[in-house]
Amino acid sequence: MSEEYGELGVDKERLREVGIELDESKRSGTYLQEDQEAKTFASFFEGVEVMSIQEAMKKYEWVKDYFWKILRRDQDEYTREADTADVNGYFIRALPDAKVEIPVEACLYLKKAGKQRVHNIVIAEENSELNIISGCTSHPGVAGMHIGLSEFYVKKNAKLSFTMIHSWEPTVEVRPRTAIHIDEGGSFISNYILLNPVKLVQTYPTAYVEKDGTVVFNSIIVALEDSVVDSGARAVLRGENSSAEIVSRTISKGGKVIARGHIIGEAPEVKGHLECKGLMLSENGLIHAIPELEAKYPNVELSHEAAIGKIAEEEIFYLMSRGLSRDEATSAIVRGFMEIEIKGLPDALKEAIDRTLKMAEKDLL
Amino acid sequence: MGILRVVNLGVEVGEKKILKNVNLFIKPGETFVLFGPNGSGKSTLLNAIIGNPAYRVVSGRIMFKKIDVTNLPTNERAKLGIGIAFQNPPKINGVKLIDVLRYCAKVGGHSEETILELAEKMKMTDHLYREINVGFSGGEVKRSELLQLMLMNPDLILLDEPDSGVDLENVALIGEAINELLERDKDAESREKSGIIITHQGHILDYVDADYAAILYNGRIACIGEPEDILNQIRSEGYEGCMAKCLRNMENLE
Repeated sequence: MSEEYGELGVDKERLREVGIELDESKRSGTYLQEDQEAKTFASFFEGVEVMSIQEAMKKYEWVKDYFWKILRRDQDEYTREADTADVNGYFIRALPDAKVEIPVEACLYLKKAGKQRVHNIVIAEENSELNIISGCTSHPGVAGMHIGLSEFYVKKNAKLSFTMIHSWEPTVEVRPRTAIHIDEGGSFISNYILLNPVKLVQTYPTAYVEKDGTVVFNSIIVALEDSVVDSGARAVLRGENSSAEIVSRTISKGGKVIARGHIIGEAPEVKGHLECKGLMLSENGLIHAIPELEAKYPNVELSHEAAIGKIAEEEIFYLMSRGLSRDEATSAIVRGFMEIEIKGLPDALKEAIDRTLKMAEKDLL
Repeated sequence: MGILRVVNLGVEVGEKKILKNVNLFIKPGETFVLFGPNGSGKSTLLNAIIGNPAYRVVSGRIMFKKIDVTNLPTNERAKLGIGIAFQNPPKINGVKLIDVLRYCAKVGGHSEETILELAEKMKMTDHLYREINVGFSGGEVKRSELLQLMLMNPDLILLDEPDSGVDLENVALIGEAINELLERDKDAESREKSGIIITHQGHILDYVDADYAAILYNGRIACIGEPEDILNQIRSEGYEGCMAKCLRNMENLE
């Protein structure tokens, strides 16, 4: 398996950093796209389909109905730019009632200079369970732009978890555009992790949540010197008794972070909570937390908490009194800060996240 | 030979001078109880001994095991064998009790097995994977602090109000743990561990039998004597009365 990827000429170390294993025993499906070309894709599990969107369009007449259904072509210049004939991306679908615990991996690899245009469709059919890890990265030294459009459909009572790890270059600009539709009783968990330098990331996924549905957005973001990360999540609670949780941990070490969150309650008995925590690790840099709550119905429960600060000296001293050096104590506290308890995630994905966090520590401290 | 020798110590916090010319000498195996009204500088003294950077030593020095530790970073002092149980330790998000216990076990040379064993003994097993001090009750904080010290196995043990905010049931367990840490369960001759205990109310003295007590007053140490005598005097005459008596007795020395 890995030799095959070797022939594909991608940097395997980079893939590992973003959780791509290249190991059939650890994944239930795989997809690898380099620039516009789907280099390889396969499903190793009966209940899940993994292919390129171009292939899916050929195979299923109905796929086009999911294309540009919850994202708008004319949303902005990037959606317009990605609306081309050579656009490619992954199509991942869990069949009705299928329980796909082992994650499907999908990798988008920017290899040559220029623009990568991606349009993905993910469908978790009724009562299915699907876990995806998506790693987006670029070839060492490349400069360019990644425009990644994604439309997620979580059908009735389905569960979808989507863990995305980004690792770019300081010369790469990244513009994901994401929409998620969660049908009655469905749940969607998104984990977004960005720890390496990047020129710019600008992303603001929107989830539309129907009756009894839930959405959770977790993000862990580090902005190093010269990086600009404008990241957020929006939940539109459209159905009765739907809920949303948006949690972000952002760290600036010289870079600029805008941490947005927006919950809109427009049905009875909806619940939403927003939590933005920021840690400033250097004198320069910036963290701007913008939590927004909007109620369009009287019977809603929406709350937020936002806090930005530096590492408390008292905490460093406490750990030093237990034998840690100042650097070790600082590192333990930063690691703790980035820890978000993520419920309902398979161990394989927890491991991938932990590994990525460990790798990033070196740059951070 | 002393384990700790504090000489003419002056300490400032911010712009304020808290300790002036404090002198203290502790031999191996000796346990000292430190009394004093709020704000007299008891916690300041312990923080200065462990090297909290917020407490600035402006005069004098601190000798530990014949080494001048006055300018050593806190972790070096911990490795030399000074351990402290804080009165109000900070909560650290994302850092679990078990993580900190492992750091402590590394200092004391203890195994993972011992961590679990001692956690059981201190009734902290259920808290191992919780964020340290987050949502811990008063008693749980104190038990966690002592558990950390047990794993560090220090030679000089600094206990800042180990009995404050602790219910009676916990005071017994805490007293037992302190006796073990300070080897009070051994013969006086074979004791090697030394300690300084700050206690406001003195409850812990029902369980722990210390060698000496002193009163810290106005940034100075005064009234060294039997712990029970001093505690009784403070209870009957207050710090002021107790000090007045002490100072009268000390007039000839001045």
